[in-house]
Amino acid sequence: MKSKTNIFKSHVSHSSMEKSGIIPLAMKVLIKKEIASHIRSWRFIILMALIILTFGASLFVSFSGLKDTINNAQDPDSAYVYLKLLTLSDNSIPPFHVFLNFLAPLLGIALGFDAINSEHNSGTLTRLVAQPLYRDNLLLAKFFAPLIIVSTMLTALVMLMIGAGIISTGISIELQEIVRIIGFIAVTILYVGFWLSLAIFLSIVFRQGATSAMTAIGVWLFFTIFFPIVINFVVRPFIPNPNYISEQEYLAWHELILNLMRLSPSQLYTDATTSILMPSVRSLGPVSMEQMIAAIPSPLSFIDSIMIVWPQLTGITAGMMICFALSYFVFMRREIRC
Amino acid sequence: MNNPIIQLKDLSKCYGTKKAVDKLNLDIHPGEIFGLLGPNGAGKTTSILMMLGLTEPTSGTATVCGYDATRNPLDVKKLVGYLPDNVGFYPDMTALENLCFIANINGIDDQDAAKSAQDLLDTVGLNHAANNKTRTFSRGMKQRLGLAEVLIKKPKVVILDEPTLGIDPSGVNEFLELIQRLSKDQNLTVLMSSHHLHQVQRVCDRVGIFVDGKMIVDGPIETLAEKLQINEGFKTIIQLADKNIDAIQLEKLLKSISGFRSISFDKDVLSIYSDRDITAEAVKTLVYQEASIVFVQRNGYSLDDIYAKYFDNKNLRDEK
Repeated sequence: MKSKTNIFKSHVSHSSMEKSGIIPLAMKVLIKKEIASHIRSWRFIILMALIILTFGASLFVSFSGLKDTINNAQDPDSAYVYLKLLTLSDNSIPPFHVFLNFLAPLLGIALGFDAINSEHNSGTLTRLVAQPLYRDNLLLAKFFAPLIIVSTMLTALVMLMIGAGIISTGISIELQEIVRIIGFIAVTILYVGFWLSLAIFLSIVFRQGATSAMTAIGVWLFFTIFFPIVINFVVRPFIPNPNYISEQEYLAWHELILNLMRLSPSQLYTDATTSILMPSVRSLGPVSMEQMIAAIPSPLSFIDSIMIVWPQLTGITAGMMICFALSYFVFMRREIRC
Repeated sequence: MNNPIIQLKDLSKCYGTKKAVDKLNLDIHPGEIFGLLGPNGAGKTTSILMMLGLTEPTSGTATVCGYDATRNPLDVKKLVGYLPDNVGFYPDMTALENLCFIANINGIDDQDAAKSAQDLLDTVGLNHAANNKTRTFSRGMKQRLGLAEVLIKKPKVVILDEPTLGIDPSGVNEFLELIQRLSKDQNLTVLMSSHHLHQVQRVCDRVGIFVDGKMIVDGPIETLAEKLQINEGFKTIIQLADKNIDAIQLEKLLKSISGFRSISFDKDVLSIYSDRDITAEAVKTLVYQEASIVFVQRNGYSLDDIYAKYFDNKNLRDEK
């Protein structure tokens, strides 16, 4: 028996899951492999081309209208050239952050819809779970690898934009802008993370990649297109004629519609990015004239902007965590056989 | 060394009301090649999954390499290599990359991994395809790559689920010989599940027959055969060239051999049943009678008979 334990000991010390830092070794290996296989896949190349194209297009439009905006003394945000680059549009095409409202879910879904079921169908999942690794490491690797790719891509794009802006305008970037742009990237990653975790959850629930992709796209379409229509459709008939109710009541009804809209993650993302990228935005709902009296039309500090959208940020985070928790719950004790 | 390396105690697994595995007790000792035999759906894979901690038993315990598979699956998985019946690889990675990936997960660093992956590909005879993408691999190649992958973490126990499924006959031979050789060289314990009797018969030290979630019988093949022969007696089949035989005369002569039970004639074929092996004596008797014998078959220890017997029993139970 003694010799046996010795054998075990030498073996274990050689190939155990030694924790290297916070991230277990097995998870590092998994993330590395995931990133490699994503980058080589056609799916990712197409998505990236799509995002670079829209980014280029919206940047082109904003560059062309930049001169007028900077010289516009009425606009309290005119000093923030680089934030303007991200938000400015001549209405021919939407600005980049509005584009991302559509593209980020697509990105998340495309990178996650077959995370688990493709492994299951190709027979690699059984092999993988028979290795000495925790199952949650597998899930986390499936979640973090795409996020690392997306955040690298977004950061690179935005930095390219800043570089191009500095070269062409010669205006230096302000600390406030850097912080806000980092905030914007972080919120976008969070938003991609929500859709990614939803897609991973569906990939665990459905055995067929096509089913999970269709379901995820269905959810996405519902929230971006049908949800606002449904809310309007349901609530509008109950709103009394504005002529017969007080201003307060009318505002309350609008507040209600807006709050119902905020059940949709894309609305939350719009709120969050608008407030972060436009420092002069003081409120996301209707504002009465009394509230506006004596307010100086000046940009808010970053902290104040964050305060406005804090509920939105926690909302997206909560949604992401719920999806992830569900996938965890479904996957951890499932029996995996071919 | 007599501590069993795999020890199952009253292991049961229910899916709803259906009992997939019913109070399975099994000890497998180090260095043994054990064959788990049974028809499809007998609960072989479920038992294997429980040994690896991939599914939780409803009751009972599975102890592998001294660890409880349900409580410490990670420790078990470090020491046990598992080759599932439907093995797959990442199609966009080469054989070498696939192996190195698994090695890395097991904590082997890149250099060692590449070296031992190369060695193992040599061992399983895939070195010519080391840098090919695995999507081009045939079923047999995948199976061999799977074996290499199982071995790369230097396991104590190797569990193979239907390893010979879908490989051509010569491939099966090679594969089983490889397993046998590796088991001898590295003192590996091998647990193999299969429904192919002949293949398993050749390489296994011990087999267990598993039907409807129950281990009906286990032991070395010879003793299984003996158990069977005792019940059914021995059977000798003799074919004569001459169709005109004096049946009564022959029967009278054969009756004098001790242990003789009965004889049946089918044209020129005699089937002799007896309590012990009387083949030699029967042939001698016939030769003295100047019968021309063209074919003699002594019913030996064929796993087919054993298997068929237990399956017949099962069918009988079903009929009741």
